[in-house]
Amino acid sequence: MELKGNVPQGDLKDKWIEYRSKMNLVAPNNKRNIEIIVVGTGLAGGAAAATLAELGYKVKAFTYHDSPRRAHSIAAQGGINAAKNYFNDGDSVWRLFYDTIKGGDYRSREANVYRLAEVSNNIIDQATAQGVPFAREYGGLLANRSFGGVQVSRTFYARGQTGQQLLLGAYSALSRQIATGQVEMNNRQEMLDLVLIDGKARGIITRDLLTGELKRHAAHAVVLATGGYGNTYFLSTNAMFSNASASWRAAKRGAYFANPCYVQIHPTCIPQSGDYQSKLTLMSESLRNDGRVWVPRHKEDAQAIRDKKKTPQDIAEKDRYYYLEERYPAFGNLVPRDVASRAAKVACDQGLGVNATGKAVYLDFESAIHRYGKSKAHMEGYNNPDEATIIKFGEEVVAEKYGNLFEMYEKITGDDPYKTPMQIYPAIHYTMGGLWVDYNLQSNIPGLFVAGEANFSDHGANRLGASALMQGLADGYFVLPYTIGTFLSNEIRTPKFKTSLPEFDRAEREVKERIEKLLNINGTKSVDSFHKKLGKVMWDNVGVSRTAEGLENAIKEIKEIRKDFYENLYLPGKAGEINPELEKATKVADFLELGELMALDAFNRKESCGGHFREEYQSEEGEAMRDDENFTYVAAWEWNDNGEHIMHKEDLKFEFVELKTRSYK
Amino acid sequence: MKWLISFFTSSLGRKLIMALTGLFLIIFLLIHLTGNSLLLLNDGGESFTGFVVFMEENPVIKISAYILYLGFIIHIIQGISVYLGNRKAKGGSYAVTTTANASIFSKYMFWFGMVILIFLIIHLGDFWLGLKVTHTFGNEELYHKLINKFHNPIYLIIYELGMIALFMHLRHGFQSAFQTLGLNDKKWTPIVKCLGNIYSIIVPLGFFIIPLYVYFVK
Amino acid sequence: MKLKLKIWRQNKKGAKGKFEIYEVVANEHMSFLEMLDVLNEQLVAEKKDPVAFEHDCREGICGTCGMVIDGRPHGLLQGTTTCQLHMRFFNDGDTIVIEPYRSKAFPIIKDLVVDRSPLDKIIQAGGFISINTGQPQDANAIPIEKDTSSKAMDAAACIGCGACVAACPNGAAMLFTSAKISHLGLLPQGAIETDRRTMRMVTQMDKEGFGSCSNIGACEVECPKEIKMTNIARMNRYYYKSSFFSEY
Repeated sequence: MELKGNVPQGDLKDKWIEYRSKMNLVAPNNKRNIEIIVVGTGLAGGAAAATLAELGYKVKAFTYHDSPRRAHSIAAQGGINAAKNYFNDGDSVWRLFYDTIKGGDYRSREANVYRLAEVSNNIIDQATAQGVPFAREYGGLLANRSFGGVQVSRTFYARGQTGQQLLLGAYSALSRQIATGQVEMNNRQEMLDLVLIDGKARGIITRDLLTGELKRHAAHAVVLATGGYGNTYFLSTNAMFSNASASWRAAKRGAYFANPCYVQIHPTCIPQSGDYQSKLTLMSESLRNDGRVWVPRHKEDAQAIRDKKKTPQDIAEKDRYYYLEERYPAFGNLVPRDVASRAAKVACDQGLGVNATGKAVYLDFESAIHRYGKSKAHMEGYNNPDEATIIKFGEEVVAEKYGNLFEMYEKITGDDPYKTPMQIYPAIHYTMGGLWVDYNLQSNIPGLFVAGEANFSDHGANRLGASALMQGLADGYFVLPYTIGTFLSNEIRTPKFKTSLPEFDRAEREVKERIEKLLNINGTKSVDSFHKKLGKVMWDNVGVSRTAEGLENAIKEIKEIRKDFYENLYLPGKAGEINPELEKATKVADFLELGELMALDAFNRKESCGGHFREEYQSEEGEAMRDDENFTYVAAWEWNDNGEHIMHKEDLKFEFVELKTRSYK
Repeated sequence: MKWLISFFTSSLGRKLIMALTGLFLIIFLLIHLTGNSLLLLNDGGESFTGFVVFMEENPVIKISAYILYLGFIIHIIQGISVYLGNRKAKGGSYAVTTTANASIFSKYMFWFGMVILIFLIIHLGDFWLGLKVTHTFGNEELYHKLINKFHNPIYLIIYELGMIALFMHLRHGFQSAFQTLGLNDKKWTPIVKCLGNIYSIIVPLGFFIIPLYVYFVK
Repeated sequence: MKLKLKIWRQNKKGAKGKFEIYEVVANEHMSFLEMLDVLNEQLVAEKKDPVAFEHDCREGICGTCGMVIDGRPHGLLQGTTTCQLHMRFFNDGDTIVIEPYRSKAFPIIKDLVVDRSPLDKIIQAGGFISINTGQPQDANAIPIEKDTSSKAMDAAACIGCGACVAACPNGAAMLFTSAKISHLGLLPQGAIETDRRTMRMVTQMDKEGFGSCSNIGACEVECPKEIKMTNIARMNRYYYKSSFFSEY
């Protein structure tokens, strides 16, 4: 079956405006009678719930946290892009659109990306009016900074806490609607299934995380804004409880899962220090502006460092391998995320890694400290500064730029990055794939809408920095609240659904059986032990670079882990109480299925694009090779009742941009 | 009217009362100390008695005295009630107590206040009661009564303990009152804190020295 | 490093709790929560009930984690959440006492998990600017002084973890409430609603059963985002103005 993106006709620039002007609306008196379930209260979910309530719909919002303010959108550091052109440097909606579609390696839908760029400006206006304290210049106007992969300054930021401030903005709007009663907020409720009635999404089953009670919730439509699936890898920069269960449950009820193999691996994370490690922490991309990435040129030196017989300072300049600068002279340390991540892995696979696990490279500020130090010493009137003076001034300049990041690094690792190079390693950070949606953000199940990281729509095969916040809020504030009307305008005569319907009975029974099944295994191994095993298989085979052989192996191994899981899992406690281990188990059960699909999708995509790098498809210099002729499509996977994955294609048509090869040499 | 009641029963309104009465009592202490310092003069109590007579007979001050009583009563009753309310709000205490996050002055301010209250009762019973209520002695006799009292070592110790508690109480109270009034500012607060430290040391120290002087010198 | 943990165990809301003693072998690179993960793996292996504690982002920003470590919310390190506290600040052989936040307004749900929903209710009472999506004018239409904006950001950095309430000997939520009132009140787009917002949020705060402030300052010391008591002073000013000189 060919999937239809439902992109409206017309010129790219006019599509959204014209479509929005002509789409069917729901009258205010009818909105009052229409209920919408919104699962997730991050940027996309929080913004959507608040906006839908403002429009007059009855909203039921759900989060598994104790408060809607805790969603992981809060952890985004860098900023949010918008095509304001406040800095008069030639930015425009078109340029933001073009950068995003190119950054995504031409694997996203043109019209969606254009719409994203169009509404980006409204987001900044909206957030500012909500009281988001974006950074400002002395003149009182908004400041911008630059981010990777673009030539203009278009990133708005609130110190290193942009995600937090934007989320708190959405949370405040949501709180206002909770206070009016327009939103019914359900905290500590985890969605465990989607309920379909006559093929349309009409409700969900949740588990109350305090009492273990299963609850039924009905509505006219369901919005999933439940984030990405990065935790399939066990270790990622995602929060501990970020999970794919809501999306995966929807997939098992018939929603298509698109491009699961597109995951983003961020090159600058603090490396793993041991097996007990629970998650990874990101260090901002901005550090690569001044830090130089290197490993020892010789294996013996690397081994000596790993054995703590040598320190990085013992390695002479000529014995240091600045691999990004050598391999990519044009962009050097500032190559895009996917390229930098791959290069780090290659270096470590060659045995050049520098921490005890062999999985770390250096990010060195020594030459930046020297460079800045000399220049500042000159400015301060020192004509012949000695080494100590240069370093003192240099450290001052570096502290001004990156002080808070250096502090955070020291807090976590105990190393002082002014004195010794930082250690970094790539880590799973974001997932571009997700539930398939059309131009209206509606999945192939009528009435099921998907927003934010949970859908697949805007980033293609690679996401640019500062675009995740933009997409979450665009979907939540400015797209979904309108487009959901295209579905709901046909539902104004549909009465509210009763949760006593047999469809709810069945879904609740199935959830209950699933939970009981897990509790009754009564084996010996903990949930985390399985999750760690899955994570390792995923990272080794469906990580930075992939091969057909590795992927086939991964599929096999995941099946084995899944079998082991259902035979040997041990869960303490009961279903009817607070049971964090049980919560983990339901998530890991879903990751064990999704992980397999990710490997399958990666196997199927016989090209290298964006975050998906297949070793078989690279140039002689080791660069990614796309196959536009055969793979310019979205792979949307259906789960059928026999547990088989069936692929549906949505061909990507580029009418307005020309497909080009990315090169950073 | 309803708004006024709800203001003065709100957590912030009650704090404001504590701060205002506290500041009022701080001013009173200054006047009291001025009077007491006359005891240091070697004039057989002439100036002191003159001051007492002035304070007792001036109609403006007579009226102010009633305001002062009210200030004391409100500060005490409100203080106790706020303390009890806060203890209820806290719910329980930690197994490990620490002073790493708070000074003893602020943390135990209430208890220093209680010590001062006990002192106050004794103090009032000794002087104020006889002078103003039961009239067992007159303005002119106060000086000798006082000198006698301060020669009693037990009374002296009680008095001095009271003054130490006063120091502890004021050390936090002075600057705290300004914070409650909403006067906390990057530029001015360091000055307020400095003044508070000076006041909370000088004033109790003055009260502290006078009885010692009387005991050892007079 | 070998550690002795004295942890508060309480089965459910209102139940009687008590301290239990556990031994755990940790290493200095672990975060405090990873050390508890190790303990829980150990307990699960022994088929015992793991210690319930809340956490999520483990990057010090979501505000979910929070426990009282040796008498101090989030432990001994200034400006740091529990998840960012690392074991190298402890010594081999240490006994660490771990308790839940204690405050009447935050009932204990289980072990180290408490109910902080009263903080949400305070925000719902007025911690927002009353505009709808799509209404605002251009973001640069109102210039805001850099320093003012920066002060607002200082207050807005609050992560809602509740450590201020836990640290306060009076169980007050003044630092939390005042941070939001300050954040919005300092900005011109939020200042319009200050009277109404302050009145409503303070009233809600009192209704939730929080204590009142005696300016002790433990909140400021323990706040992982180092939010200052100047915000409380500002809230006081706003409240007096709102009470005496506005319609609210």
